[in-house]
Amino acid sequence: MRELNMVKAINDALGVMLAHDPNVLIFGEDVGYFGGVFRATEGLQAKHGLKRCFDTPIAEGGIIATAIGMGVQGLRPVPEIQFADYILPAFDQLVSEAARLRYRSGGEFWAPITVRSPYGGGIFGGQTHSQSPEAIFAHVTGLKTVIPSTPYDAKGLLIAAIECDDPVIFLEPKRLYNGPFDGHHDREIASWAGHPAAQVPEGHYTVPLGKAAIVRPGEAVTVLAYGTMVHVALAAVADAGVDAEVVDLRSIVPLDIETILASVNKTGRCVIVHEASRFGGFGGELSALIQERCFYGLETPIERVAGWDTPYPHAFEWDYFPGPGRIAAALRRVMESN
Amino acid sequence: MSNRPPLEFHVPEPPARPGQLSEIAGTVVPEAGLVRRPDALSSSVDLRDLPFELIRVLDDDGQAIGPWDPRLSPERLRQGLKAMLLTRAFDDRLFRAHRQGKTSFYMKSTGEEAIGAAQSLALEPQDMCFPTYRVMSWLHARGYPLVDMVNQIFSNERDPLRGRQLPILFSARDYGFYSLSGNLGTRYGHAVGWAMASAYRQIDSIALAYSGEGTTAEGDFHEALTFAAVYRAPVILCVTNNQWAISSFAGLAGTENTTFAARAIGYGMPGLRVDGNDFLAVTAATQWAAERARGNMGPTLIEFYTYRVAGHSTSDDPTRYRPREEAEQWPLGDPVARLQQHLISIGEWDDERHSALLAEIDAQVRSAVREAEAVGTLGKSKPPLSEMFEGVFAEPDWRLIEQRSEIGAGNA
Repeated sequence: MRELNMVKAINDALGVMLAHDPNVLIFGEDVGYFGGVFRATEGLQAKHGLKRCFDTPIAEGGIIATAIGMGVQGLRPVPEIQFADYILPAFDQLVSEAARLRYRSGGEFWAPITVRSPYGGGIFGGQTHSQSPEAIFAHVTGLKTVIPSTPYDAKGLLIAAIECDDPVIFLEPKRLYNGPFDGHHDREIASWAGHPAAQVPEGHYTVPLGKAAIVRPGEAVTVLAYGTMVHVALAAVADAGVDAEVVDLRSIVPLDIETILASVNKTGRCVIVHEASRFGGFGGELSALIQERCFYGLETPIERVAGWDTPYPHAFEWDYFPGPGRIAAALRRVMESN
Repeated sequence: MSNRPPLEFHVPEPPARPGQLSEIAGTVVPEAGLVRRPDALSSSVDLRDLPFELIRVLDDDGQAIGPWDPRLSPERLRQGLKAMLLTRAFDDRLFRAHRQGKTSFYMKSTGEEAIGAAQSLALEPQDMCFPTYRVMSWLHARGYPLVDMVNQIFSNERDPLRGRQLPILFSARDYGFYSLSGNLGTRYGHAVGWAMASAYRQIDSIALAYSGEGTTAEGDFHEALTFAAVYRAPVILCVTNNQWAISSFAGLAGTENTTFAARAIGYGMPGLRVDGNDFLAVTAATQWAAERARGNMGPTLIEFYTYRVAGHSTSDDPTRYRPREEAEQWPLGDPVARLQQHLISIGEWDDERHSALLAEIDAQVRSAVREAEAVGTLGKSKPPLSEMFEGVFAEPDWRLIEQRSEIGAGNA
């Protein structure tokens, strides 16, 4: 066992899969020789060769179209979209092609692609380097959407995604690449050193898609989160002094509905947290599912804490970001109301 | 003060609209046999004249002339003729079935039958075509079972695509025919990726992709050509220029002053411009591009110059936007009649055999339609309802299982 940060854990997963399966190919803008702007593919070309990990033209639609065509012939492409903010030119390929191919062809063709993309804010990246588009993909039937929150999960989930026969959108919370950011931006930056989930085994292992993790058991209120917000929620729970159960969804499609319902039925209260703007966000779906399935188990209305319904702003990074203060306030409201 | 005239906003218009004199008959068509046939493994730098030529093999008398004559066996020519006639007969019968309310939608490929038929026969079983909806002759040339095709068009219980897809948006993996979609241009890049996979795996399978001329305006087209050129993918990229994209003429896709084949020059790949109504020219160009692809020389762009004789689909009425007589006046003639004339001129075909073949095809189509009708037409028969929930993912997740149960099509 060794300690890895998240970006190194992702690099490790990619390296394991390149060694494990000759059908795995990795490509994207700047991912080859240079090793990616976040270093996720560092050293892979040198170790596994030019034809296993290579650079592409700056054309996100072309990258995904190419990946689909390769996938149809039996390869397992792992394209990178440099920032999730740049994935929209490929949206048609993901929605109209990757997600529909198996269905419309009567099962004759499918494309087992895993689209990796750094997403989310907290890095002063402005609106084109900070957005969280997961709800858009969750709405597209036929796509799976996976979001890790730790180095251990990132490696295991990424290997599971690559081995999955469905197209997977693998969103990497870039603020977590180097440390478990808890939203207290004014405090010293934490690294993954010493964090239990930074213990990453060597070699091949998987974390199943569609299985949430209870990262903090509790009795008073359920907090549903994923990505960076898992760590921010944990900080908020500590700040608020509430015995909350924090559930890291890990994948939003497939969604671990059983774990969610069991937790909310136990606590009777629920706060949903995500970075993406609130209106039409994935929190709305979570809220609806809980309302439909455990209305009579709820003690108080469900709260959503999310990004505001504005574009991601630059100067207002910490006003926009749903930090521990806003989450703690929601926890207190939920605990005080009955 | 300037003497210059004010700026003019140019919106292209086709040469003629309904009620106006069609100028199409006056189109100058280069004679057959004149275009040079360079070695297929030539550098693309030495091929830059070709996109502005028009490769033709069959002359006005039905003789095959010039360096592009593929010298096909009479057997192969008859195979091609049969595939084209079958495509036309099938189209006519199924178009009628739509008018009779037996299905929701149909699209004919009248006038363009040579392209799919010739290319289907020119490529190998291990190759893959990424089709448009107007190359059904590919499947007819490879003997796809007619009744399965009609079952798909009727979306009935025996529909091979399980009732999930619009009529004629087929998928036929075993016939080298990739899944169609109603989105235009989205599969052009898949062909490139598929071809790159062949190269990566070092297997002798090349890809062939189709785009209409209108779809060349999509970004997918540009991206696919870029990737194909960058990675030297073994792919044949075809543009079927049938002059009309629903009501938009080819000039709206940007070729008032150039050709679609000439797009290739900017990507550093060869571009051929080919008489799409000439079965022999289509075959020859395809063989040339296939040899190039298999020889690690990368992609070729081929523009097939042709004419969409029928409307865009059963929902279209072309007399609303183009002169009625334009199709008849199309100077490159009818691909079926031209191949028939050629076979007769070389003494390998006659009217008697032609009539017998037409009768045989008619019986085949009738029998297939009758068999499919016995299963059921649209709305009268459909696959089991549980099929609606299959194939969304490799395995259905809890949502699909619950919803399948909710509608009464399976257990949760």
